[in-house]
Amino acid sequence: MEETTAVTMYSLENFIEILTLPDNIPIVILITMLVTYTGIAFYKAFDNDKRIAAGRPVWEGEPHNQEKVHTWPHLLNIEFIVAILVMAGLTLWSTFLNAPLEEPANNSVTPNPSKAPWYFLGLQEMLVYFDPWIAGVILPSIIIGGLVAIPYIDTNPKGNGYYTWKDRKFAISVFMFGWLLWIVLIIEGTFLRGPGWNFFMPGEYWDAHKVVPLVNVNFYELLNIDPTTPWLIRELPALALTGAYFSIIPFVVAKLNKKFYEDLGLIRYSVTIMLLLLLASLPIKMVLRLTLNLKYLIVTPWFNI
Amino acid sequence: MGNKLQDFLETQVYPSQIWQSVFRHGRPVNDRNRSLAVLSNVFLHLHPIRLPRYATKYTYTWGMGGISFLLFLVETVTGILLMFYYHPTDTLAYADIKSLEFDVPFGMLLRNMHRWGAHMMVLAVWFHMYRVFLTGSYKKPREFNWGVGVILLTITLFMSFTGYLLPWDQLAMWAITVGTNMARATPFLGHEGPFAEYLGMKNNNDVRFALLGGTVVGGPTLIRFYVLHCIAVPFVMSFLLSVHFWRIRKDGGISGPQSARLANLNKVTQVKAAQGKKVEATTENKAEK
Repeated sequence: MEETTAVTMYSLENFIEILTLPDNIPIVILITMLVTYTGIAFYKAFDNDKRIAAGRPVWEGEPHNQEKVHTWPHLLNIEFIVAILVMAGLTLWSTFLNAPLEEPANNSVTPNPSKAPWYFLGLQEMLVYFDPWIAGVILPSIIIGGLVAIPYIDTNPKGNGYYTWKDRKFAISVFMFGWLLWIVLIIEGTFLRGPGWNFFMPGEYWDAHKVVPLVNVNFYELLNIDPTTPWLIRELPALALTGAYFSIIPFVVAKLNKKFYEDLGLIRYSVTIMLLLLLASLPIKMVLRLTLNLKYLIVTPWFNI
Repeated sequence: MGNKLQDFLETQVYPSQIWQSVFRHGRPVNDRNRSLAVLSNVFLHLHPIRLPRYATKYTYTWGMGGISFLLFLVETVTGILLMFYYHPTDTLAYADIKSLEFDVPFGMLLRNMHRWGAHMMVLAVWFHMYRVFLTGSYKKPREFNWGVGVILLTITLFMSFTGYLLPWDQLAMWAITVGTNMARATPFLGHEGPFAEYLGMKNNNDVRFALLGGTVVGGPTLIRFYVLHCIAVPFVMSFLLSVHFWRIRKDGGISGPQSARLANLNKVTQVKAAQGKKVEATTENKAEK
């Protein structure tokens, strides 16, 4: 009896079915593109790093490549070819794969799971770790604002207009971290989240009746503080910890890496370090959830974090 | 035959008043006429007449900006064609999609191209940003254009999101329900957000209500999203695209390393500065700067 259960519970059929859903094909393309283009970029970056080390101009700066050529035909040719390939690809894709159309919209029948379009599943996945006002409103605003701020806080004059790794290790590492985190969350939200937004391993049957113990606890409960204590006193340890995270770390980093602080100046440094700490707060909360079953760090009468 | 046609074109067509009124330059058989062709054509003049060779290499640009724009045009054309067959009302929308699939010649292909093109466009825009970041192209003097690009990326996602509702099936309705539920939680402005009670926010007067035109996704939401998707957002997007393209040219064209000569000059300046020697600003290197 148990064996048959195991067979039905763990088979790749369910996973392959989700993987090949027409609306999930873009994610498969996304992963392919990520591998290809990251490969191209870092191949060129390491090549340029070698050239710089040897005192030669970067590939883009070689006299042959700096030479001016006419837009017609040199650029228009390649644009034309790329346009034809894109149109051919899109036409083939549209010929062989139909856009999904489910039953007519019905307010009284809620599908389980209900998922946002794939490009927003990173945000939906964040809802597991933060309340909607943070995951759905504050964090997206910070992502957009942080991206716009990049050119104004990255004062490194090197690496402008050519692929490189050595000249911009820090900037590229931070960007890659955020970009890969975004993609990993999309993949997780699409392929590993089933009914009730519960976590399912690839191959695990998406059981709508999966029993998930609700063992998450708030920070004050971890510290065995009486929940009836006035909230400000109850939350003091958590508030102190959060305060320390956003004040002591910037101070220590500035002390340890004086050059980093001095290069940026007070305002740029403050903005940069705050964005970095906010970026790190998502994986930190994820780890705390996985290790300590932490639900909320701070619980106030108005909001929880 | 070929010669006869050639003769006919050269003696009758090219010198004719009609031809001359359309093309104000000779045929693009030499560099001069090709330059004029790029310069005098409203579409081609987005490009400079000449550009450095590395900028024509696919491995440098990945072509993602151009592909994004191509897909924007594909979405515009297929979108306009789809509008001929679509009523944005909760009673007719779904039936119109069915009729596109079963009655309209090539209707399914049209709808597929619009949907998959939108997904491709999201990917192209993301990878355009990825490339621009990795080549450090947002750096001086292109800081502002990077910001415009970030807004365009957000708008691309919003375009895709508003379009997602229009088929009016279960997938559409619940994806938009999940997506717009976030707006409930907006601090101050959403009825479930922090501090909303101080502004008297309820489910029928908050920011989500404004977006949906109701308390749940329904007929009024459909017409709102339709107008946003087909008119309002494309209008804003075209405006920002113009700024984006214009600024590429005004900020010095495609990004690239400083020319070898300039880089060398800077190196000499740096070395001399490091040695504590005063660098004499000759008229020559002033001009270079």
